[in-house]
Amino acid sequence: MSGIFTSSIGKKLMMSLAGIFLITFLLVHLGINLLIIIFDDPMVFNKVAHFMGKNILIKIFEIVLFGGILLHVIYALILQIQNWIARPRRYSKSNYSNTSFFSKFMIHTAIITLVFLGIHMADFYIKAKLGHALEIEVDGVFYHDFATEMLDKFKILPFVIFYIAAFIFLGFHLIHGFQSAFKTLGLDNKKYTPIIQALATLYTVVIVGGFTIIPLLIYFK
Amino acid sequence: MNLKLKIWRQRDPNTRGKFVNYKLNDISPESSFLEMIDVLNEELITKNEEPIVFDDDCREGICGACGMYINGRPHGPDSLITVCQLHMRKFKDGDTIVIEPWRARAFPVIRDLMVDRSAFDTLIQEAGFVSVNTGSAPDANSIPVAKKYADLSMDAASCIGCGACVAACKNASAMLFVGAKVSHLTLLPQGNVEAEDRVLKMVAKMDELGFGNCTNTGACEAECPKGITLTNIARLNREYYKATV
Amino acid sequence: MAKLQSRTPDGPLADKWSSYKSNQNLVNPANKRKLDVIVVGTGLAGASAAASLAEMGFKVKSFCYQDSPRRAHSIAAQGGINAAKNYQNDGDSIYRLFFDTIKGGDYRSREANVYRLAEVSNQIIDQCVAQGVPFAREYGGTLDNRSFGGALVSRTFYARGQTGQQLLLGAYQSLSRQIKKGNVEMYPRMEMYNLVVVDGIARGIIGRDVITGKLERFSAHAVVLASGGYGNVFFLSTMAMGANASAAWQCYKKGALFGNPCYVQIHPTCIPVHGDAQSKLTLMSESLRNDGRIWVPKNKEDAVKVQKGEMRGKDIPEEDRDYYLERRYPAFGNLVPRDVASRAAKERCDAGHGVNSSGLAVFLDFQDAIQRLGRDVIEAKYGNLFQMYEKITDDNPYELPMMIYPAIHYSMGGIWVDYELQTTIPGLFATGESNFSDHGANRLGASALMQGLADGYFVLPYTIQNFLAGEINTPRFNTDSPEFEAAETEVNDQLEKLMAVKGNHSVDTLHKRLGKIMWDHVGMARNDEGLKNAQEEIRDLKEEFWNNVKIPGELNDLNPELQKASRLADYLELGELMAIDALNRTESCGGHFREEYQTGEGEALRNDKDFTYVAAWEYAGDDKDPKLHKEVLDFKFIEVKQRNYK
Repeated sequence: MSGIFTSSIGKKLMMSLAGIFLITFLLVHLGINLLIIIFDDPMVFNKVAHFMGKNILIKIFEIVLFGGILLHVIYALILQIQNWIARPRRYSKSNYSNTSFFSKFMIHTAIITLVFLGIHMADFYIKAKLGHALEIEVDGVFYHDFATEMLDKFKILPFVIFYIAAFIFLGFHLIHGFQSAFKTLGLDNKKYTPIIQALATLYTVVIVGGFTIIPLLIYFK
Repeated sequence: MNLKLKIWRQRDPNTRGKFVNYKLNDISPESSFLEMIDVLNEELITKNEEPIVFDDDCREGICGACGMYINGRPHGPDSLITVCQLHMRKFKDGDTIVIEPWRARAFPVIRDLMVDRSAFDTLIQEAGFVSVNTGSAPDANSIPVAKKYADLSMDAASCIGCGACVAACKNASAMLFVGAKVSHLTLLPQGNVEAEDRVLKMVAKMDELGFGNCTNTGACEAECPKGITLTNIARLNREYYKATV
Repeated sequence: MAKLQSRTPDGPLADKWSSYKSNQNLVNPANKRKLDVIVVGTGLAGASAAASLAEMGFKVKSFCYQDSPRRAHSIAAQGGINAAKNYQNDGDSIYRLFFDTIKGGDYRSREANVYRLAEVSNQIIDQCVAQGVPFAREYGGTLDNRSFGGALVSRTFYARGQTGQQLLLGAYQSLSRQIKKGNVEMYPRMEMYNLVVVDGIARGIIGRDVITGKLERFSAHAVVLASGGYGNVFFLSTMAMGANASAAWQCYKKGALFGNPCYVQIHPTCIPVHGDAQSKLTLMSESLRNDGRIWVPKNKEDAVKVQKGEMRGKDIPEEDRDYYLERRYPAFGNLVPRDVASRAAKERCDAGHGVNSSGLAVFLDFQDAIQRLGRDVIEAKYGNLFQMYEKITDDNPYELPMMIYPAIHYSMGGIWVDYELQTTIPGLFATGESNFSDHGANRLGASALMQGLADGYFVLPYTIQNFLAGEINTPRFNTDSPEFEAAETEVNDQLEKLMAVKGNHSVDTLHKRLGKIMWDHVGMARNDEGLKNAQEEIRDLKEEFWNNVKIPGELNDLNPELQKASRLADYLELGELMAIDALNRTESCGGHFREEYQTGEGEALRNDKDFTYVAAWEYAGDDKDPKLHKEVLDFKFIEVKQRNYK
């Protein structure tokens, strides 16, 4: 039983479970973000965000989410360091094998994503927690006005570029990570693998497309 | 054909190695890659230099002894073959060919292109077998085996233990090798009896030997001379969970 | 030396083995732990013997020159393994397998041994299946069989085109299990250079660590040779590059007799030679002859056009093709035994009908089979062989007929052993291809795997106990004794002598010259004059070798050239013995074809009156002629007939 957390396969299992969890979360996050372009009234977005911020279940979920990210990152670090140690001397001619291209850059796309995540958290989440965010009063209730913040941010071109670039790199991470997670779970055969790969591509397109269309629409509106 | 060769030379595991450049002329495109190195070695011997050391034996792609990292690919620029089956017609006149040994912590270099792959033997010794003594077997047809599983088992069993999977993997992982052995034996009723014990022991040993972790990159599958697929790694994962959880 | 004793048990043929086992001496479990056995070689015979002995409780030391026991050349056997299971309900039986093997061997093998081989064949299949060997199966889940040359039944079990590999992995895995348990000490990359005989009994070996170049001493109560055959004496063969005769040759020089050295097998379906740099020949399974049809152009003009590349095989119309095997042997057709098929190919090529650029090749054509069965079926059966062929030749055999030519493949001859597989040195046993025993003058397809595993799993582990039972009071040996000292010095002197030559020719150049002499004079067709010339030429070459070989590097270091030189030194002596034996045997039988002795139709003509014996040669000293001992083969249960495959 102990091997499930410590063995190479166990660590990979943890990585993949955390990864799939984050994949699911991204969908939810995207769904909420899309509210801002679907509804003209920014308060819809703010109200949902408010609900997300106050609901006890969501609060618990938030801890789980951070746990998931942490788990994913820590295991990734351990695995990556082990992988580097496993080949102390690199080849001078870089690998030319016909392989999944993006899988070779998981650690790089991960670092970019992590940096983005840090800035993102500083921008929205921590600000809100510390009470530095804009507030708006509706029917006697104070809401954090994320919507306005977002609409303001996405009028700044460098920020839009940075934001979109980050998601493209996240896409690179996802397109391999999605199907790799299923392989690690043990799901890989002639029948299902093509379906999973198609899903991975679809998912990546939806996530990257969804998250990048928001700043683009706002910027060009 | 005339060729430029850039070959890794290393005296022993503790000495620093380096690339040495050689020129070789008039190689027949019908020659195999190892025959090309034979010609080079003949020239080196004539010049009182030490020939390039590499492992080889059957020269027909089945013993798994040969292995070199040629222009960024284990076993060179062709698929489903070992170096000894690689033919010079896969190169062009005037090509520069870079030849390196398998590189992995678990496969230390012995000399030049020869590496120590005893870690694979250690893995099989750990649990890569069916515990049956000579003489105790029932009639061969007493346990029917569905053709489908016999075939899948054979797919996995065709591993020649050359180490190309480890050499190709960016993480120097041995998951394809272990996955193939676990699949080969577990898919058969005879080997299924000790499936759980086998997978736990082999995975623990694999980790201990210093191989890297699988990232499902698929370089192993792309370079396996016997076409062993990633599905065997997935099966290894499943078997491992079954045994653990 | 006294008359050769085959020590065959008395009684009816079918009861000999069981009666032997019932009456032999055994070693009790407590004593087994005190007895050491050295096994040299980890092919089918060696790995299975080492594993089985260790399972029984003996302490085993196992040696191989490769980096891993899994790489022994048994792994390259493709086609299959015979057994008399009669799963196909086509009338097979132990007797029939025995009969086919004796007949296939051209009545030059020992009846009792061959019967025992057929008898244990069924157990081998059971054992291998239990080990997880993934044999081919029918849809119902039972084992599938294919037919092979020299038999009228389907009795060959196979695992795609990789049967040898799968059987070897089974034995290797069993060996690995015993290594883990501590019952086997495994010494990979350790090559045997000498046998140590103490008080007339084999008690150890001198090994050379391939990596460090250091000589090491190993002692045991008995030594088992499983070191394979000597086909590489021809330089080009289907053997592995490292396969060598040195272990067996050192035993010969220590007093073990060498049986029938002239019997080597030429395999009919190899990929033809491409040029001077060629290092080895690649065999394609004989199973291809099940569906492939062998032919050459009827008209020499067509053959010449094909040789020049002006015409391709598939462009030659049906009526201009000569399916010479079907023509000459209507009953067996393309499935005649290997020696017959090989000679027929040589005969056609010598007559000018050969087809590749050298004129030394015949066609093996699958067009009919593809039309009859469909490409899918052919691909499922032979896909990996076709792929291998295409990788080597760059021709697609689904479209164009394959080109094949015979090549040296197996040595039926080897160290002489009695019924117990014991050599003429007590305590020294020989198994698998290294012994001379079961195949007579020609081996049938799919019988090498059978013999290797029979010896290793089911014969030697019993018979060796008959010897070891007398050793239970012998304590483990100290390797400091004068005999070990002397054996090591002998090796060291020889290697120093080699290093001291510092001549001008690389080992391979000299080996290629030996190979040419052997192929020209001691190959597929031999004659008095050629064999005499061969002896002279080999002696000259030997002198040149010892005066002019060039070995770079150091003595006590990893030195592949020194390894090769040491092996070649032994091949030069063995080659001469082969020629001597071939000259002595003034008849044609199996793989040994003397041009002077053939029927009007060009078939091998045996001389049963004078040559129904095993020629066992005794080493008499470096510059002395070896001494011939004859083990007369007494056929009590089978009628000796001219082989007929028509």
